[in-house]
Amino acid sequence: MIEIENVTKVYQMGQVQVHALCGVSLEIDQGEWVAVMGPSGSGKSTLMHIIGCLDAPTSGVYRLDGVEVGRMGENQLAAIRNRQIGFVFQTFNLLARTSALKQVMLPMQYTRNGARIPLGERERRAREALEMVGLGDRMRHLPTELSGGEQQRVAIARALVNDPDIIMADEPTGNLDSKSGAEVIEIFHRLHNEHKITMVMVTHDEEIGAQAERIIRLRDGQIVD
Amino acid sequence: MVAWIADLWENVRVALDGLLANKLRSALTMLGVIIGVGAVIALMSIGEGAQASITEQINSIGSNLIYVSAGARGMGPVEGSGGSASLTYDDARAIADPRNVPDAAAVAPEFGQNTQVIFGDENINVSVTGVTPEYPLAYSGIEVVSGRFIEDKDVDGRSNVAVLGYQSAIDLFGGFDPVGQKIKVAMPSVGNGGNGGKVSLTVVGVLAEQSSSGFNDPNEAVFVPISTAQTKIFNGRDSLGEIVVGSVTVVAASEGQADAVVDEITALLRKRHDIGPSEDDDFFVMKQADMLEMASQITGIMTAFLGAIAGISLLVGGIGIMNIMLVSVTERTREIGLRKAVGARKGDILVQFLLEAVVLSVLGGLLGILLGMGLGKLVDLTGLMNSVVTLDSVLLAVGFSAAVGLFFGIYPANQAARLNPIEALRYE
Repeated sequence: MIEIENVTKVYQMGQVQVHALCGVSLEIDQGEWVAVMGPSGSGKSTLMHIIGCLDAPTSGVYRLDGVEVGRMGENQLAAIRNRQIGFVFQTFNLLARTSALKQVMLPMQYTRNGARIPLGERERRAREALEMVGLGDRMRHLPTELSGGEQQRVAIARALVNDPDIIMADEPTGNLDSKSGAEVIEIFHRLHNEHKITMVMVTHDEEIGAQAERIIRLRDGQIVD
Repeated sequence: MVAWIADLWENVRVALDGLLANKLRSALTMLGVIIGVGAVIALMSIGEGAQASITEQINSIGSNLIYVSAGARGMGPVEGSGGSASLTYDDARAIADPRNVPDAAAVAPEFGQNTQVIFGDENINVSVTGVTPEYPLAYSGIEVVSGRFIEDKDVDGRSNVAVLGYQSAIDLFGGFDPVGQKIKVAMPSVGNGGNGGKVSLTVVGVLAEQSSSGFNDPNEAVFVPISTAQTKIFNGRDSLGEIVVGSVTVVAASEGQADAVVDEITALLRKRHDIGPSEDDDFFVMKQADMLEMASQITGIMTAFLGAIAGISLLVGGIGIMNIMLVSVTERTREIGLRKAVGARKGDILVQFLLEAVVLSVLGGLLGILLGMGLGKLVDLTGLMNSVVTLDSVLLAVGFSAAVGLFFGIYPANQAARLNPIEALRYE
């Protein structure tokens, strides 16, 4: 499913070159739940951005479903993010002044190239996704009217709505209390067990990382374990 | 094609949502465009209205009229620059001779200027115009309500008689009939003829009220025999001692003969003034159609000028849009990052922000048209003129405001589209 071979990423920060990833190789299988762990500055966010097609590697090969992604143009990457990947962020990243239902409908608005989804269908799928994360009674609520846990569940519904192959979660419980965090992990278990979605989760919380099937540990841009 | 329109509509909805999320800011931004477009529409409609009313006034003087006056075309009357620079009374008589100008039906010379007219305690400053009996033929609508108009015997005898315009009669005499009363006209104290004295005239007639037409309002005039004006009230002689006229109004026998009359008068006066083939005319012959053209040229320039000034305020409104859009892009950096993360392409973001700018400016443009029409109606209420909102000015304003939105929206929209999603998502 995800194949990464000897990937490096170098940033130019003013005069200095920062080697965020130095020759990382890994494979993640379809339906696998992987946690990427490591101290800050270890390169785990960079790895996630590359896997999530938000960023291209400086060198090395990244194949998604056997297709080489590293050399794709911006618009092709956008289409992959739209249809194959769902993102869950630490800070939720919901749109201000927008109801939960509209938040979840957002990704479908950018589904193009002959696959345009009619408005009624978008709403139906958004309702379904919100019901799945247990927010069937919160569809018309604005982000300011929702608790942190509820906001993160809206974000998960948004990640799910376009039926992705992979969910990328960046510290999904980092801004939540332990009860809300447990609810989020509960949903991840369901996605993993019932929907067989590939999950890549970045965290530095050992307890959360332990929920995954496999832990990849990074340090100074290299896999240590 | 259908999908393309659906996509566009999608983006318009996103833009509208974005604008509605910040109602006050959107309204204030739009205000710049509203005022700009409103000013363009209002000023242009006033300009068009002025043009229409001037055209109407010139037309109401009567068709097939030709004006002859001294001075080269476009330079105004030239005084005292040699004997042939003036238009003499003999010139006027030559024009009136059907052997010289066969296509003319009537020839009405005039000579006059503004001066004091006194009756008892009343004292008004009006145009005292020396005319011949032909004057009413040249100015259709001149009608005597009491007494009579100037007659040949008055001109031949340099009689001390006067005919009052409608308003002059009211100003001097109030309600009662002035016919038979004596008025005094002040002799201007300039030149060798005038000495500050007064000439006493007997009122022999009063004119009916005229719809104000032309450049000299006949309602506020006092008419006297042209010979009396030339020799008794004003100094009607040029430096060579010739008796002169101010202007000559010629009525062509028909509208189609107006050009022939112009040619005939030009040939006649060139010959009388001894002008060589390579020299310019020292007189000025213009038919009414030329005046119309000239007037519409002047008002056209004025309208364009007003529109251009108003256009500057539209430009300022456009800069306001750009400013707010830049603020909006910075403020919504995370939103842009998120949209890109869920699959928005560069073009989607570009179109979203561009449409916000265009929707702002077009909506502002439409409201501005209403404002401009309202201002035009307000001008109508003053009774000075009727504003005319033309389709041209509406299209110009809407097109210009949409262009302003596009032009000033492109830079901020491009800034937004170029944002790196990772950095945009990290932005605090």
